[in-house]
Amino acid sequence: MSGKVKAKANSKAGRLATWIVTAILVVVTVIWTVPTLGVLVTSFRDSRDIFSSGWWTVLPHEGWTKTGEIQADPSLDLDQPITLEGKTADFNTWRTGVETKPGRMLKWIGNKRTRTIEVDEKEWVGFGVNLTLDNYKNVLSAGEIKYKDGNGNEISRNGNNFADAVLNSLAVSIPATLIPILIAAFAAFAFAWMEFPGRKTVFVIVVALLVVPLQIALIPVLQDFTRLDLNGTYLAMWLAHTGFGLPLAVYLLFNYISQLPRDILESAYIDGATPFVTFVRLILPLSVPALASFAIFQFLWVWNDYLVALIFLGDRNRVVTSALAAMVGEKGQDWHLLTSGAFLSMILPLCVFFGLQRFFVRGLMAGSVKG
Amino acid sequence: MSTVPLVPVESPIAKAAKLIGLLAVTVVVLGGGFLFLKDFKDSKLLLVVFAVIWGIGATALLFSVLNAIGETFPRKVRTWLLPLIFAGPALVLLFWFLILPTIRTLGLSFLDETSTQFVGISNYIYAFTNPTMLESFGNNLLWLVFGTAGTVGLGLLIAVLADRSAWETAFKALIFMPMAISFVGAGVIWKFMYSYKGDDASEIGLLNAIVLAFGGHSQAWLQLPIWNNFLLIIIMVWLQTGYAMVILSAAIKGIPEEIMEAARIDGANEIQIFWRVIVPSIMGSIITVTTTIVIFCLKLFDIVRVMTGGNFGTNVVANQFYLERFTNQQTGRASAIAIVLLVAVVPVLIYNLRQFAERKAFK
Repeated sequence: MSGKVKAKANSKAGRLATWIVTAILVVVTVIWTVPTLGVLVTSFRDSRDIFSSGWWTVLPHEGWTKTGEIQADPSLDLDQPITLEGKTADFNTWRTGVETKPGRMLKWIGNKRTRTIEVDEKEWVGFGVNLTLDNYKNVLSAGEIKYKDGNGNEISRNGNNFADAVLNSLAVSIPATLIPILIAAFAAFAFAWMEFPGRKTVFVIVVALLVVPLQIALIPVLQDFTRLDLNGTYLAMWLAHTGFGLPLAVYLLFNYISQLPRDILESAYIDGATPFVTFVRLILPLSVPALASFAIFQFLWVWNDYLVALIFLGDRNRVVTSALAAMVGEKGQDWHLLTSGAFLSMILPLCVFFGLQRFFVRGLMAGSVKG
Repeated sequence: MSTVPLVPVESPIAKAAKLIGLLAVTVVVLGGGFLFLKDFKDSKLLLVVFAVIWGIGATALLFSVLNAIGETFPRKVRTWLLPLIFAGPALVLLFWFLILPTIRTLGLSFLDETSTQFVGISNYIYAFTNPTMLESFGNNLLWLVFGTAGTVGLGLLIAVLADRSAWETAFKALIFMPMAISFVGAGVIWKFMYSYKGDDASEIGLLNAIVLAFGGHSQAWLQLPIWNNFLLIIIMVWLQTGYAMVILSAAIKGIPEEIMEAARIDGANEIQIFWRVIVPSIMGSIITVTTTIVIFCLKLFDIVRVMTGGNFGTNVVANQFYLERFTNQQTGRASAIAIVLLVAVVPVLIYNLRQFAERKAFK
């Protein structure tokens, strides 16, 4: 299709159409990117700035800056409309600010008796951005943290110990990605290349389980984990994520492994290799693309999961998602901590995602039960 | 394989001793590792490294030991024992974590909150008559209709447009990016977008800033009935459009060039081509994407939990499940809600099974 478009682009109408398409795409992409950009920018801003101005003010723009103060004439009658620099308005209007000439604004400060007037002038601002890494330092810390609010008051809070949460997330995600892959690959090999009674029926059940909502399993599994005293342990998370991830893993890997050429397996068996050796030395290396696809899928799913962590970990060994969610609950307006925490929780999945996007897309395609 | 050496003949006793040794090592590694992890408190980093190695190593060890035991049996036993060893762990876990819980949840849904008294269908009556539940069903319906339409519609539009652009890869990568972000992370991102201070002069949320720039007044968006549901749905559309776009884009690229060419020669304009050629050709993929998003909307939990906690008229069924079980301690009611969710996905489940049977993937 792109060949056709290029041919068409020579005509005037075609070129216009291409411009419209590009313009729409640019608008959509900007809308899609701005929310994340806002959080990224905010996470590096000084806490005082965050509370007093929007994150977009770091971009160069023309804004009002205070350039000086003047004292009003003591003889001025403040109960009448006040005239300053040729403009007349009542006191309350002066308090919100009046533009006396383009680019110059006068604003009454405080009550009537102070007679102090602030002079604001329009200037290009936003070049000298005040960026800091303090938010990250604070959100990672477990101890007491101090920061300034919009009015410059110092506030102290307990840190949310994100450093610990990141470690917990790693300890949960890496095994919860690799264990199901290994278990599912063995099973997929058995379903694809071994004979056993009920093979087909069991696989149909696996396909059926693909769409079963997680909620159905949470209450009984929680009962089991409570009985086994596993709640709050990494092992509980590995088991749960393996169990819940297996249908997709077996299904994806079966689709791939069953497509491998029969000759390869037969020649291995003729050479006297056991099924185990064939699987480890032949099938696993040949299946790397499918394994990688599922690995990325599962890693993103486990790292980003909140529900399973909320139920089986609770407050022990909090992972990044539960630490972040807890922070939203406790410190809903502490944007310097929330944004840096959010970005910390996003950075690893984003790297995996952009680094291995090709495999991820392949996994998505294979995972959709196509018509 | 030629690299496999011929196994020297061993005496049965040596063989048995070797197996017992292997088993002992396995038990020590599995049990010892677990106990060690439970009590280890010195260095978190070390603990994490050890846990990762232990978890993955134990799984690999389990398979090789089971296989080593299986291989000692005579050929006749091996033919059914080895497949069982290969598929066994997966089947055990599927049974423990999905099949058995479904049956147990069904059982619990007929019991009261202490899970001891049989209460008949009263939990289901509650699920379909309680005002909060009815509100949740209504909201889930909003999610289903607008979330799915928004995601699939936008995904299709972007896929078709990007196909005609020279910077296709860049546009698609940026729109796809939210797929890598957790719902909790997305919650923070959008909570910041919708944030409200109640001070027209210095709103730091972008939405309020835009409204102010157009002369309006700032709003506590997430507390605005009905509208807040749509503001939450926007978050899902933002997260999932990339998925719809990628699948549909691949399908569009699979349409044979000749069909498009023939339609153009017959004088069809681009809009006719879209509705009469592209959409019918990729119908299979559109259905796939739609069913995926529909299931997603039914199970939706995290976004509502983080953004509003289900308050201000934004509750959904999956959040009510959580509240019943963990806030109200009503296990029976929560189980009934879970069963309702399961029943809701049954049509998709049957459709999937039918598709699977048609593909004849199983030889």
